[in-house]
Amino acid sequence: MNQPFLKIRNLSKEFLSEYQAEKVIAVNNFNIEIQKGEFVTLLGPSGCGKTTTLRMIGGFETPTRGDILLDDMIINDIPPNKRDTCMVFQSYALFPHMNIFENVAFGLEFRNLTKGEIKKRVEKILELVGLSGMGNRPVSQLSGGQQQRVALARAMVNEPKVLLFDEPLSNLDAKLRIKMRIFIRRIQQEANITSIYVTHDQEEAMTLSDRIVVMNRGEIEQVGTPEEIYARPRTTFVADFIGKRSNFVTGKVVEYGPGTQEVEFWDRTFTFRGYDHLKKGDTVTMVIRPEMIELSDQEGICNGVVTMVTYLGSEVNYEVTANGQVFAVEVANPLKTGVYHKGDSVCLNFDLDNIYLVKS
Amino acid sequence: MQKTRRFVAYLKRIPSDIRKLFREPLLLTGIVLVSAFLFIFIVFPLFKIFHLSFEDDGRLSLRIFFELLSKDYNVQPLIHSLHLGVFVSILGTVIGFVFAYAVTRVDIPWKRFFNVTATFPIIAPPFMMALAMILLFGKQGFVSSMILNNVIRFEIYGFNGLLAVETLTYFSTAYLTLYGVLQAIDPALEDAALDLGASKWHVFKRITLPLAVPGIASAFLLIFSQSLADFGNPMILAGNYTILATQAYLTIVGMYDMKGGAALAILLLIPSIIAFCLQKYWVSRKFYITVTGKPSSTRIKMDHPVTKYGMFAICLLLTAAIFLFYGMIIFGSFVKLWGANHTPTLDNYIHVFTVGWGYIKDTLLLSAIATPTAGLLAMIIAFLVVRKNFPGKRLMELVSLLTFAVPGTVVGIGYILAFNEYPLKLTGTAAIIILLFIFRDLAVGVQTGIAELQQIDPSIEEAATDLGADSATTFRRITLPLITPAFYAGLAFTFVKCMTAISAVIFVVSGKWNLITIAILGSVENSDLAQAAAFSVVIIVFILLALWLINFLVNLMGVKKKISFEKAEAL
Repeated sequence: MNQPFLKIRNLSKEFLSEYQAEKVIAVNNFNIEIQKGEFVTLLGPSGCGKTTTLRMIGGFETPTRGDILLDDMIINDIPPNKRDTCMVFQSYALFPHMNIFENVAFGLEFRNLTKGEIKKRVEKILELVGLSGMGNRPVSQLSGGQQQRVALARAMVNEPKVLLFDEPLSNLDAKLRIKMRIFIRRIQQEANITSIYVTHDQEEAMTLSDRIVVMNRGEIEQVGTPEEIYARPRTTFVADFIGKRSNFVTGKVVEYGPGTQEVEFWDRTFTFRGYDHLKKGDTVTMVIRPEMIELSDQEGICNGVVTMVTYLGSEVNYEVTANGQVFAVEVANPLKTGVYHKGDSVCLNFDLDNIYLVKS
Repeated sequence: MQKTRRFVAYLKRIPSDIRKLFREPLLLTGIVLVSAFLFIFIVFPLFKIFHLSFEDDGRLSLRIFFELLSKDYNVQPLIHSLHLGVFVSILGTVIGFVFAYAVTRVDIPWKRFFNVTATFPIIAPPFMMALAMILLFGKQGFVSSMILNNVIRFEIYGFNGLLAVETLTYFSTAYLTLYGVLQAIDPALEDAALDLGASKWHVFKRITLPLAVPGIASAFLLIFSQSLADFGNPMILAGNYTILATQAYLTIVGMYDMKGGAALAILLLIPSIIAFCLQKYWVSRKFYITVTGKPSSTRIKMDHPVTKYGMFAICLLLTAAIFLFYGMIIFGSFVKLWGANHTPTLDNYIHVFTVGWGYIKDTLLLSAIATPTAGLLAMIIAFLVVRKNFPGKRLMELVSLLTFAVPGTVVGIGYILAFNEYPLKLTGTAAIIILLFIFRDLAVGVQTGIAELQQIDPSIEEAATDLGADSATTFRRITLPLITPAFYAGLAFTFVKCMTAISAVIFVVSGKWNLITIAILGSVENSDLAQAAAFSVVIIVFILLALWLINFLVNLMGVKKKISFEKAEAL
C-alpha cells in the first residue's frame, strides 16, 4: 500500500553555459520518494534548481544522470507528450486562439475519445473549477484568477498520474493568491492527484504541502513536513530561509555524554538533549525564532538593551542588543505583556527545548 | 453613439489644447513647421497626380478613371503587376516561413550564418538580383552559356525571371517578419501542448501555425507592396511583360505623356494603399499577445533527423542561391567584357572611380545630408505624436507613415509635377533629391521612434518638465538620448535606402546631380554588365562601411547598455 509512487534517484542536470561553454550544475544528486496523492513542494530561492527539477519530471529537460521512476517504470526517455504528467505553467500558457472549452479539451483530443465523452469530461472539470457554462469565452477576456482555473482544468482533465505546478500563482495579486492556493489544495485532495509544486513563497509552501523540499544551489537541504522544516531545520540555510527572521548564536560543544550535550554559548554552558550526532569540539549554531524569546524585567538567560521598537497592534517587534549581537524579538499580545521602549534594559529568556541546534 | 460622444469630447478639448500650445511657442512653431513640411513634400505631390489625372476640362471627374480601365495599355500592366505581386508574395512568404521556422524551431547548425544571409538582400540594391540573373542565365550567362553551352534557353525576360529575382530579394522581408513572430510566441504554449499529449507535428499544426497566421498575412502583404513598387528589377528584366511601375516611367520619360503616366501611377497607388491599410489596420490587430508571464525558459527544438537535415538542406540550398547570385556580381565586376573576354582585370573599378566618380560623390554627399536630417525629423515626429496633444496629431502620424504605402514611381511623378514651377521650382537641383530621400524613407524612422518611445515611461519626461524644462529642452536632453537606438536604426535604414534608391529619384536626377543606381541602370542598358557589376559592388561596400561606422558609434557611446537598463526599469 505504502509503495512510493514517484521515485527520483540521484537526479542531476548539468548545462553548458551559453558563452563560455562552462559546465553549470543546475541540479545535483536529487533523491526523493513520493507517495500517491501526496502534495510535495519544491521551495528555494531563484536559481536553486527547483524549476529544472520540475521540468525534468515533466520531460522538458533530459537528466544528465539519475532516474525518474513513475509506478516503477523508468520514464527518463519518454517525451512530454507520451508522459503521464501534466503541468500548470507559470504564464498559464493558455492557447490564445482557442476558447476555454477548446483549451481544456486539447489534451483529450489525443486519447481516442468520442466527441461526446470529451464534452462530458470538459464540462465536469469546468464545473469543478467553477467555470461551468463559460466554455465559449475566449481566454483573452478572462481575469488572472479565471485564467489560472482554466490552466488547472486543462491539466487535470487528462487525469495525469502526477500534476506539476511551476509557480502558478506568481502572477496573481496577494489576495487572489491566498484564495487560489486554498482552492488548489481542495481540488487536489478531492481528486487525490499526486502533485509537485514549485514556489519561492514559503507561506504558499506551508499552506499547500504535505511535505516540503527545501533546495539551494541545486541540492536538497531538507525534506520534511512544514512543521519539521520550521521547527527543526537541519541546516543554517533552512533556518535562515524559512520563517521571517531567525536569530543565530554560534557556540561549541564542550562536553557530550549519552543523551545530554553541553554547549558553550557566550562563555556559558547550556545543557541540551537529543543531539547524539554532535561530538566534542563541534561548532554549532543555535536557532532562536523571534517569537520564542520572552522579555522581562527579572533575570533571564542574558541581559540587553532595546534598540528599536515597531508596534503592530497584534504584536510588537523589538530589536534587542545583547552580548554584542542584535536579536529580533516578537512579542504577541502586547496589551497583556506591556510595551518596552527604546533604551529600556531587558532580560532575554527562551526555552531550551524549543530552540534548535544546527551543526555548522 | 459612443463614438459620436467621444468625438464631441474631442472637439471640446481642441480649444484648450490650442491655448496650451500658445503658451509654448517653440512647440507650436515645431508643430506648424513639421506639418507644413509633411504637407508640401508628401501630400502635395500626391495631390498633383490626382489633380492631373482626375481633372477634366477644369472639372473634377471620375470619368477618366473608367477611361483608364477601358484601355488595354493601362489594364495590361495592372494585371501583370498584380499577378506578379501575388506569386512573389506567396513564394516569398513560404520561403521566408520555412527559413524562420528552421532558425527558430529546428535544431539546425549554422543558425547565425543563415540569419545573416537571409537578411542580406535587404541592404543590397534591389536590382542587383536582376543583374545577377542576366550574368547567370542571360544569353552570355555563366550557367546558360559557359556551363550548359546554350543547350537550354532560359526565358529570364518577363514573368519567370521577375518572379525568381523578386522572390530572392523580398523573401527577406517575410523572413524578418516571421522570425519576430515565431520568436515572440511564448515557448510555454508549445511546451503545454506537448505536455497535454500533442505530437510535435500537432504542436506545429494546432499551435505554432495558427499563432503565426497574422504574421504570415502581414508578410504576404508587405511583399506584395514591395513587388508592386519594385522598379529596378523590371527595368532590367521585364522585357515585354509590362508592369505598372516601369510603364508609368516609360510613358512619361519615353513618350512625354504626363497624363498617361500619372494615370498609371494612380492605378499603381490604389492596390498599394489597400495592401498597406489591410496590413496596418486589419492584420496587425489580429496578432495574439501570447507572453503573459516571465519570458519562460528555453524552447524545445525539433531534433528529429529527418526534420533537422531536411530543413538544413533547404536552408543550404537557398543560401547557396543567394551566394551564387551575389557572388556572380563580384566575379562579373572583375572581368574585361562580360560574355566576350573574361580575363581578370581591375579596369571596371578604375573606370568606376574615374569616370564614375561624379556619381559616387553625388550619391555619398546627398545621402550624407539626407540621412541625419531624416533621422532627426523622424524622431521629432515620433515625439510629437506619442507625447504631445494637439489637433491633427493622428493625421500627422498617418501622413508620415503614408510614404510606406506609396510606391517610389508614384512619388517621383508627384515630385516632377509639384516642383516644376515657381515658387517651388526645384527640378535639377540637389535639394529635390535630398528632399525626396528624406520624405521617402521617413516612415520607418517614425515607426521605430514611436515604438521606442512607447516603451519609455512618460514620467521620466514629466519629471524634466516638472523641474522646469520646456518641451524643446526635454526633447533634446531627455527624450533624444533615451531613443538613440531607434535613432541610429533609423539612420542606418535611411542611409541604405538612399544609397539603393532608384524608383523615385530616377525622375528627379539631372545632368548636374546624378546617382550610382542610375549609372548602373545605364550600364545595363548599354550591355556593359561588368561595369554595372563593379558599380553594384561599390555600393555594397559603402553600405557595409556605413553600417559598420554607425554600429561602431553606437557601441562607442555605450548606448546599448544604458538603454537596456532603462527598458528594464520601465518594465
